[in-house]
Formats: sequence, structure tokens, C-alpha cells
Amino acid sequence: MSKVNLDDVDSLHMDVLREIGNIGAGNATTALSQMINARIDMGVPQVNLLEFKDLAEIIGGAETPVVGILFSLEGDVSGMMMFMLELKDAHVLVNLLCGGDSGVGDEFTEMDLSALQEIGNIIAGAYLSSLSTLTNLLIISSVPYMSMDMAGAILSVPAIEFGKVGDKALLIESCFGEEDSISGYFILIPELASYDKILNSLGI
Amino acid sequence: MQNTIKVGMADLNVCVAPDVLTTLGLGSCVGIALYDPSSKISGMAHIMLPDSTQIKNNSNLAKFADTGINELIAQMIKLGANRNKLVAKIAGGAQMFAFTSTNETMRIGDRNVEATIKILNNLKINILAQETGATYGRTIEFYSEDGRLLIKTIGKPNKYI
Repeated sequence: MSKVNLDDVDSLHMDVLREIGNIGAGNATTALSQMINARIDMGVPQVNLLEFKDLAEIIGGAETPVVGILFSLEGDVSGMMMFMLELKDAHVLVNLLCGGDSGVGDEFTEMDLSALQEIGNIIAGAYLSSLSTLTNLLIISSVPYMSMDMAGAILSVPAIEFGKVGDKALLIESCFGEEDSISGYFILIPELASYDKILNSLGI
Repeated sequence: MQNTIKVGMADLNVCVAPDVLTTLGLGSCVGIALYDPSSKISGMAHIMLPDSTQIKNNSNLAKFADTGINELIAQMIKLGANRNKLVAKIAGGAQMFAFTSTNETMRIGDRNVEATIKILNNLKINILAQETGATYGRTIEFYSEDGRLLIKTIGKPNKYI
């Protein structure tokens, strides 16, 4: 019997997951800050356990255009991880990195797309390496897969994975930036057995 | 007065004309609209997975193609729909990420569509139209007044099927 039931996560598990999110997002933000060579402030990540039908609402509605960067995970922890941000925020990030001034209506250039993919890679890498260090578990991530579409459609992919084990999804939202604050969302979807491994390795 | 009724992910709903059923941002999930033209009663389900028997935690009927379609039919009959007159339109089942792996779990969109078609065929419910597969998300609206299904996608013109 698995220790974790996502539909009934107790407050201790919630705290642990929040802390993992916190540390992961912190590392990811530092990595991003080094990449764009600017200071980035980060808010306290919000950890939300949401019903599927409410999932897209938190991003600003199921039809909000977003960029999703997905990795599949192997090793001691298997599953998926996704980094998602609104399309307008993706433009802000790309502009910071490449010095352009594109907006939501503009198409990304090849260069922009590859920059975005690299941002995703670095953010996810930092996130996963902190999780790996914390738990002493081996986590190998795939190459990034990127897609731009409606939030609901992008979120359907991790939601379906969560759907196999329960009726709720775990979403970690972290905000960075000061003036034009950018919100990024991390969605970590370990397989149920991997949840146990993570919690066990932390002595819970 | 025409109401627009939202159907969330892993959710279903039924209505009578002139109401409209909508589900926003379908990705790999499949949106199933059932319709009885004689009574203008319609129903919509937003299913996430093909088969409830493969999953332990299957209490949410609307999450699966098999239990979702059956529940939808039951609720429509309760509203007064004629079971033998039901027809269907389906949309969704996209592959949102271009995985190189041939892993079965990555083909979930196709599998959802295949399961939906098979179940509807077994139930002898005619599929009048479908807009499935490909790699983009869809918002759909079903008009119970005339049985049209509107498909909206980012960067493409709206389309009725």
C-alpha cells in the first residue's frame, strides 16, 4: 500500500512538498538570475493541491496562452516535470535574455524558441538537482519538449498523469521579478511509488 | 434566455435547447458531445483517460471514456432524451508535446480518441463529425438548438462541425 494518497495529503506531507518546491524554485531562480545577469526576486512559492476542473483557473483561465516545457524523469524518481509560464511572461524572459522587444502578438524567432527551451532546461535542471541533492536520489531528466497553446490543453498532459492515481494535481507556483513580475509554475508529477521514495528518503 | 454551461476537466453536464455546453482548452483529453435532435437535449463530457478498468482510483465517472459516456447517457435520459436517437460529435485528443519516445503513455490523446470511438460504436451511437488528433488545443461549444459544434483554436479561424 502506498503511503501517499494525493486526494488526502496530510499537513506534514504538504509541508514537505512545499519545502521541496521552495528549495527547487529558489535554485531555479538563482540559475535564471545568473543566466540573464540580473537580480531576480522570488516570492514564497504557493503549493496547491487542485481538482482538475479548477487547475487551469489558477493560471488565468483554460484559454490563456502559455508556454509549457515538459521533461520526462527517470532514475530513482520516475514521472514528469513541467515548467509553465504565460506567453506574455515568456516574451518578457526572452527579451531579457536576447535584448528584443517582442510582445504577445509577435511570433517567436528560432533564436527566441531555442532561448526559451534553454531557460526551461536550466530552470528544470536547477529544480531537479536540488531535489536530487535533498533526497539523495538519482533523477535523470529527458531533453525538454516545448509547446505553446491554451493553458488547459498544455495542462491536460500532466493532469492525465495525475488522473491515473487520483483526482487532484499538485501545482507549485513561484513568482519572480519585481516590476514586471513573472509567474512561473512548476508541476512535478512523480509516479506514486516515487512519492514514497522521496518521502522515505527524507525520513518521513 | 441562452445559458452557457461550462464543463471542466474530468467533468460532464447536460442541458436542453437553447443552452450551450462548452469546455475550454481541450488538449489530450477528448470532448464528447451527445445530442438527441428530437428533444434537443444535449450532453458533454470532458474525459481524460480511455478506460476506468485500468485504474484503481476510478470514482470520478467523468474522468474516463467508458464510464463518462454511460453516465452522460443516463443523465440525458433522465432529462427526457430518447436513447435510440442519440448522435455524437467528438473533438480533442491532441498530442501536445512532440515526444520522440514511442512510450504508450505519450500517445494518450490517440488512445482517448480510439477508446471513445469504440465505445460509441458499441453503443450504436452514430458519430456525425470529429475534429481530433493533431498537436493543438481546442475550445469547443455545442449548440443544443441545432446540434452544431464550434471549434476554436489559437491562430486558426473558428470552425463548425
